[in-house]
Amino acid sequence: MKAESKQPVHLSVSALSRVEGEGGLWIKIENGKVLRTELRIFEAPRFFESFLIGRHFYEPPDITARICGICPVAYQISSTAAIENSVGLTVPECIWQLRRLLYCGEWIESHGLHVFFLHAPGFLGYPSLMDMAKDYPKEVSWGLQIKKAGNALIRAIAGREIHPINVRVGGFYHVPEKKELESLLDSLKKGLDYSLQAIKWIGSVCSFPSFKKEYTFVALKNDSCYPIERGRLYCGEQALALEEFESYFTEEQTDYSHALRWLDSHAKPCVAGPLARFNLNYHPLPTFIKDILKETPLEYPCMNPFQSILVRLVEIAYAFDEAIKLIDKYEPPEPCYLPLEPCAAVGYGISEAPRGLLYHRYLMDDKGLIRGAKIVPPTCFNLASAEEDIKNWIESHLNDTAEKLTADCEQLVRNYDPCISCATHFLKLKFL
Amino acid sequence: MTKIAIWKFTSCDGCQLSLLDLEEDLLEIAKHFEISYFLEASSKRADPPYDISLVEGSITTEEAKRKIMDIRAQSKYLVTIGACATAGGIQALRNFASLQSFKQRVYPRPEVIDVLPTSLPISHYVRVDYELQGCPINKLQLLQLLYSYSRDLRPSFSSGSVCMECKRRAIPCVMVASKTLCLGPVTHGGCGAICPSFGRGCYGCYGPKETPNSASLCQWAKDELDFDPLALDHAFKKFYCIAEGFKLSHES
Ligand code: SF4
Ligand code: SF4
Ligand code: SF4
Repeated sequence: MKAESKQPVHLSVSALSRVEGEGGLWIKIENGKVLRTELRIFEAPRFFESFLIGRHFYEPPDITARICGICPVAYQISSTAAIENSVGLTVPECIWQLRRLLYCGEWIESHGLHVFFLHAPGFLGYPSLMDMAKDYPKEVSWGLQIKKAGNALIRAIAGREIHPINVRVGGFYHVPEKKELESLLDSLKKGLDYSLQAIKWIGSVCSFPSFKKEYTFVALKNDSCYPIERGRLYCGEQALALEEFESYFTEEQTDYSHALRWLDSHAKPCVAGPLARFNLNYHPLPTFIKDILKETPLEYPCMNPFQSILVRLVEIAYAFDEAIKLIDKYEPPEPCYLPLEPCAAVGYGISEAPRGLLYHRYLMDDKGLIRGAKIVPPTCFNLASAEEDIKNWIESHLNDTAEKLTADCEQLVRNYDPCISCATHFLKLKFL
Repeated sequence: MTKIAIWKFTSCDGCQLSLLDLEEDLLEIAKHFEISYFLEASSKRADPPYDISLVEGSITTEEAKRKIMDIRAQSKYLVTIGACATAGGIQALRNFASLQSFKQRVYPRPEVIDVLPTSLPISHYVRVDYELQGCPINKLQLLQLLYSYSRDLRPSFSSGSVCMECKRRAIPCVMVASKTLCLGPVTHGGCGAICPSFGRGCYGCYGPKETPNSASLCQWAKDELDFDPLALDHAFKKFYCIAEGFKLSHES
């Protein structure tokens, strides 16, 4: 066949399903080469950083929570940490532990949603969890129980699962009694058990395409525990100070997408989220989790983004185990928060949202009013990498039908669990 | 079977997530309702018309204006879920500012951002059959509402305030006990007074109740709590910033 007789091929998914927020995919292929891969984001921007300006220092936790209904706790913790950091307020360890416990609830709830509602139906060929329930009632009920246990944990500590009301700068408005938390132990232990069973189930029932790439991972890291609410920032092997974040990574508004993205110091995409955390923090995972993985295809290190579903389950199991331990050790912090004296300063906060690291910076004046704000959600890192995966995938699967390619590409996007509403910086793309 | 469709405009996804947070009840809903369009949860799409359209999010683009008209035409009942769809949401703060300055702060190339200068509620553009309040909504109210409409009944929720719910639960009043500002007296009930039960004042996330006397609460806050006027302005300028009952307060 002559080269010029080959027709350009377009693949498009006008509206991606089972992702959080609104996006589409547009791909142009010519002569076996992917000329363009565009993850189109329909989500209109909401300008959060603009309306934080002039607000009081205590407002960001409630306001920034509304960036994302799936991971509000992450916004609340990163924002409070940044404001506390600006004035040098050191919050006692017991308050940090309660934050970690609350955050465990969010990991469980958010990962539970992604694994069972969004990702697994794609592997098993169902349009939704509701349809999958007909053939996998037991497994779907694990998923629902897992999610429910995570939500109950958030509710007990912070009032409600979506946009919790109890996080304040310096600590909490009110702290739960030990016995209130102990009443959750039963559901958390069951949840742990379901998540371990689910690891084996997903490991055996899903077929993971052999797809690998050398990724640069960006995540927090701790010596003795898996990073959730705190940790040191790493990009690959490179440790970074928080103050360096905006100078080390580059922000880009590309021509074709008009979307802000964050790339590493070589202007290459890097990956945030479960895969990044797992690869940078495998060692502190408990032995019983590592042992279960021997029965699955998931190995360390893992460079296959399709296996992120297993990594999410690992993190669910970890969060359950951690929550149980934190409740055992729990004593209500007294006082429940430390007051903050405003001064003119800049502060940085970072934590591991379920989808990856979430960075906040605030500039405050001496009256405690916010004069500058910067928020970088994890999806800003991951979309560029998802586009690269799609390009590589298509170029190595050119003989597949358009229908199969399209379904695989959608799944490639879901691997990253992109949170499109929280990517405050994405816009609708213009067609070329 | 009653056909439900779930639509999203400018929002955080939190209100539609309430539906997934129904957990086991969701499977029960799936047995009695046909979920015809729910992009976040399903790749299945059924053609219109729809019996009940649940709409999340505010209108902030030209395209959204067109889309909401179509949705209205295809739906027997159209229900808005949450503060964004019902009152423009927190993103309606842009309505008080210059869009240009908002864009410039966030984007290196603000000129390519094509959005409306306002964030407005669904009811500004089309007829709405019911508005469910909250940022986020209460998922149990959502469940009740679905059952009412599937039987062609109008849902009925109390139009009272958070304060009434608080008193019913016999929670110690934070305004009295710790001189903390609480918007409970002027805020629409529905959450069950979560914040006061955590020792914190209500921050109005269910929007103004019917005929709120916000001006009087503001006066009281200034006189009795010695509340700073700027902080008071911010207190009302949040998730229901353009709703009449709250707007009056920061404009007075
Ligand atoms: S009303 Fe609040 S919870 Fe609901 S979509 Fe809007 S921001 Fe999210
Ligand atoms: S705490 Fe608030 S809602 Fe409760 S009684 Fe007092 S003013 Fe009313
Ligand atoms: S008490 Fe007020 S701010 Fe708190 S959840 Fe209820 S309506 Fe929202």
